This record gives sequence, structure tokens and C-alpha cells, in this order.
Amino acid sequence: MSGVAEILAGKGVCICAGSGGVGKTTTSAAIAAGMAARGLKVAVLTIDPAKRLADSLGLPELGNTERQVDPALFTAAGIDPGEGELWAMMLDSKQTFDEVVKKHAPDAETRDKILENRIYRQISNALAGSQEYMAMEKLFEIHSEDRYDLLVLDTPPSRNALDFLEAPKRLTQFIEGNSLRVFLKPTGLGMKLVGRGTGVVFSVLKRITGLDLIEDLSEFFNAFSGMVGGFQERAKRVNELLADERSTFLVVCGPAGDPISEAVYFHRKLIEAELPFGGVVVNKVHAEGAVAVEREDLLAELSERLDNPELAERVTDNFVDYRALTVRDRANIRSLTAEMNAERVIEVPYLDSDVHDLSGLLAVNRYLFADRTERRALAESGG
Amino acid sequence: MTTLLDKRLVFVTGKGGVGKTTVSLALGLAAARRGRRTIVCEVSAQEHASRIFKRAEIGFHEVELRRDLSAISIDPDRSLREYLELQLPVKAMSDLLYKSRIFSYLAAATPGLREMVTIGKIWELGLNQRKAKHSEPYDLVIVDSPATGHGIGFLQTPRTFAEIARVGPMANQAKTIDRQLTEHERTGVVIVALPEEMPVNETVSLESALSETVGVSVDAIILNALYPKRFEEAEETTLREALGAAEGGPGAVAIRAALSQANRARDQHRQRARLGELTSAPIGELPYLFAPAIGVEQLELLAEVLEQSGAVGAPR
Repeated sequence: MSGVAEILAGKGVCICAGSGGVGKTTTSAAIAAGMAARGLKVAVLTIDPAKRLADSLGLPELGNTERQVDPALFTAAGIDPGEGELWAMMLDSKQTFDEVVKKHAPDAETRDKILENRIYRQISNALAGSQEYMAMEKLFEIHSEDRYDLLVLDTPPSRNALDFLEAPKRLTQFIEGNSLRVFLKPTGLGMKLVGRGTGVVFSVLKRITGLDLIEDLSEFFNAFSGMVGGFQERAKRVNELLADERSTFLVVCGPAGDPISEAVYFHRKLIEAELPFGGVVVNKVHAEGAVAVEREDLLAELSERLDNPELAERVTDNFVDYRALTVRDRANIRSLTAEMNAERVIEVPYLDSDVHDLSGLLAVNRYLFADRTERRALAESGG
Repeated sequence: MTTLLDKRLVFVTGKGGVGKTTVSLALGLAAARRGRRTIVCEVSAQEHASRIFKRAEIGFHEVELRRDLSAISIDPDRSLREYLELQLPVKAMSDLLYKSRIFSYLAAATPGLREMVTIGKIWELGLNQRKAKHSEPYDLVIVDSPATGHGIGFLQTPRTFAEIARVGPMANQAKTIDRQLTEHERTGVVIVALPEEMPVNETVSLESALSETVGVSVDAIILNALYPKRFEEAEETTLREALGAAEGGPGAVAIRAALSQANRARDQHRQRARLGELTSAPIGELPYLFAPAIGVEQLELLAEVLEQSGAVGAPR
């Protein structure tokens, strides 16, 4: 099993993907802190309003631009990062979308038309995929400024990790809206070309959605038409960055059945899409019951050792409960390693307390960054 | 006083990975036991219910899982099709519209249209006079909502859509649905939380966003997977001392497991107290289940806990 440092050697972009509730934000921050501690200049882009995490990094608030984490925090945690720097930012997807529009709009009039359009105001907030795409857009923007050795992207929380990969396609298809735009100009050339069938569709449509909606859409797509090329070009370059050999995807998951099957699925999709797969981080793995013993024997041993049969009974029952989880997690991780090189699976045990500060992140890093020998030592110390 | 399970429509919301599906199904079981004809709707093609109840894919059908409990997985494309069929009584017309590429472009292009037809289907399930053919009404419709972030957005869909479309049948229907969503007697909202830092924070902000932005008040917060307190602090000291003196072996592993459990339980109970201070809705608690996976047996157990919980069931 290799550690994160080996997986990220020579990489400029690390994308942490996975479904919600598996510790993606914590893992992203821990990786960024760990690489900064190794002397790199790192920025982590996060989506979740992980307020306490921001607090603990000494950042009163995270904005849509990067802020540096005070190096004194590393020193206080007993680490000398040398040249290393840790920067963090929280993505505001609406603001990012506005910036993109401002950048691509051919003139001020078009720009204002778009920014004020009701359809635009909805999509920049609500359209599925726009948050995901804007995360990539921001990543691309910061990457092209070439100010960091490594960028770590914490992807938006979604039920399906795949939403992230499909976002550029969905968003550009939406903005292209080719047939729709032709159709939405009922007096234009398009109308003549598409013929009578469409006329019927149009009138039926009006009956259902009302004319206002169609007019707003028409205005939106017309205003956007001059920017479609720019958007397509941009999305293409964003995709190239994701596929670059200096980029890598880390899939983050939990040890239960569903998160593991989702990680397996996501891994397959990455390979299919020819995107660079770095590894899987399995968080909160139960290892408390990792020893084979009969209940009776354990109870006897504990009764003697604790000199309290009732407490010994409870300690034994507790152990039996955790052993069931340990056995489950081992079996789930086996199904993961059957899918991919076991070297690429990094396990982080279920820690005794919630992680929400720099020293907590560094505690996670004992596992994320452990190489083979260190890992064995950790396992033996029961840590 | 009506309890949560006496309402017609209940939205189960919360951050990803907190157990919304489990809570939705457990609520469904609890309601069915009271003889309420109940349906649980999944909206993101996850098919959790079919796995737990060991059914083939449920899909866009009302499938009866057991007496008085059904499930459906609502897919926006099928909802859209059904919507068009209901709006356009002439089948040729709805077929024409559904099949034309133009309409699918419009559906993809109009923000919230897919969510709107999904909510429209949920609303249809809760009508006394169902619109869908050969359908019977339900007493209770439970919605396993998309994860927050999208969660508030989902409940806001009808209002947003009505604002976008302004006029026409869809806008009118959206307004009707929006009124019913904010009718407290009829519609309930539950937030599922975990006793951990981030999920508690998210629950706090979700509760205020729901009341301020959407205008609904939260009926209950279900604190899921709460560790039992198994060891007193004095016992922890005993255990720590025993560990110090002990050599390795199974005994030491078991004691370490007990200490970890004590630590986590303490952390969790601290978060539970914090949740209580920072939110105003009644809190119901579900225990952590030391089971390899959630199956029907575990759901039954959780349903029982929910039924007895003042936050949800409150014996009538």
C-alpha cells in the first residue's frame, strides 16, 4: 500500500471525489496540509461551508479567493514546513459563474442582459451540474495562474460522484441549446426550416408552459449565443486539465456497502473516461475488533484482569459488536481491492474523535501518508 | 394535536450520508403499522428501498412492499411524460410533444422543470382524487429528498418555477403545490442529522433556511446513529489502568475498543447537547445499530423507536 505522498509525487492537481458524508472535505484538507508540511505550496479549494475547519485553520472566513493558513499553526503543531505554504478557499459558484460571464461576454450590453436574465439567475444557482462545473472552472483558473505546486479540489457534495464528471458536458450542452435556440425564434429563418410539425409542438408547448417562459428562454439563449464558442473552448481545456498526466483523482469513500460499491463504480467510470485514477481513500474503517478470540475466553481473561465480572461482560459485548463491524469492513475492502491494485487503497481507521483542527488533520495524515513500513508499525501499535 | 405521521406529505431532508433513506423507510413502516396507507418516494434513482426489501428494481411504479407500505422511485423523464399525458388528453398530442427533440431540450433548458415534474408527481400521489389511471389514494406520502444543498432547493422548486413560468397551467399548478407545501397541517418536514460536528452545523443552518427561505417549520429532527453510553467515567479510568498494566492479546484489544467507544459516545453526546441548544424543533433519537447492513429487521426496530418517540409518533 502506498501513501498519498507517493501517489501525488509530481502531480499538480488532486481531485477528491466521492458521494456525500464520507469525509471528503476533511480528507482534502488533510492531504493539502500534509503536502504543505512536505515543503510544497498547496491550495485547497473546498465547497462545503466547513466553518469550524476554516476557524481551526485560523481563517475567520473562506472567500472566493485563496487565503493563506498561518505558518505559525504548523510550527505550533511541531512541524517545520520549510518552503511549504497552505492556502485555502471556499468556492462560491454563483460568483464564479458571474465572473465567467463577465470574462466571455462580447460587450457590456450582452453581459448585463445575461446577468439580469431570470433564467440565468436560476441556472447559476440551481441548475444541476453548475456547481460542479464552476468548481472545475475555478480549478482551471487558479491552475493557469501557476502559483501553486499542488491544487487539491474538494468536489461538491452530491449523491452520485458521477455528477461531477458529467458536469462540463451537461453545462455546455445546455448553453449550446442549439435546436432550442433555432426553435425559439418563431419568426426567424429557423422557423421556416423546421416546418409545420414544429409549429404544432410550439403551440402545444405554449399551452403548457405559458409564453413568458419561452420568451425568457429565447432572450437568454440569444444573449448567450455569442459566448457559446468561448464556453465550449473553455470546457474543452478544463477537460484536458482533468485528463492531464499531472492530474489525479482520489476517490473518497466510507467502509459500508453502498459507499464501497459507489467507489468501485466511480473507479470504472474514471478508467472508461480515460481520466487519471490515483487511488481510493477509505475513511472510518473499523479495526477495533481485529483479533480472533472466542467470547468465553475473552470474558474469562477480562474478568480476571478487571476484577469486575459485570464490567468485563460489557467490555466483551462491546468488543463483539465492533468485531462485527471490523469483519464487515474487511470484507467490503476486499471487494474494493478485487477491483483495483491494492496498493491504491488507503485506509484511515475510525478515529476516537471528530477531526476539526490542524492537529486532527495531521493525525489523519499518519495514515494517509504512511508508507508500507510505517503502516505495519501503526497496525502493530494498535494506534 | 396531529403528529407527524398524521400528515399527508412528509419530506425527509438532510446532508448526504446521514441516513435519509433509512429514516424515510422506518417512518413508512411506523405509519403502516398504524394502518396508514403509506408510500415512500425515492427521487434520485438510488433504489435503496428495492435493495433493503430485496425487491427487483422498483422504478416508476407503485410497488407494495408490505401491507400499507409501498415505494416508488420517481424519475423525472417518466414524470414528465405522465405530466404531459395528464395535461394533454389527446394522446397523439402528448406523444408528439414528448418525442420531439425540442421538448426535451426545453425540459433540459428550463431551470427547475425536471424537479418541478418530480414534485408534481409526489403531489399527485398525495391527492384524494388521484389523477393517474387505476390509482388509489395514499394517507401518507414520505419523500426521501435529495441531499441538502439541493435539499432546500427541492422544496423551493414550486415557488421558483412559478416565478419563472409566471403564467400558464404549469405555473398555476406550481402555485397550488407551493401553497400546500407550506400548509403545516398537511405537510411535514423532518431533518435527519448525525451526532457529529459538521452534520449538526448543517442541520442548524438547514432548519433556519427552511423557515426563512421556504416558509415551512421543521416538525422533527431525527438524530440518527447515536452511540449508547456504555461506560461510566470511573469505569474508563479502571479500563485505562488495566490497559496500562496489560500485555497485548485479545483482552487489550477489547479494552481499547471499549475506550474508543466511550470516547466517541462522549463526543456524540456533546454534539447532541449542542444540537438541542441550537435548534428549536423536537429531537427524536435513533440508536447506532451494530449491524453489518440495514435490512428489514433493523428498519422494524427503528420504526418501533420512532413510534414511541415524542418527536414523531407520540401515542394518540
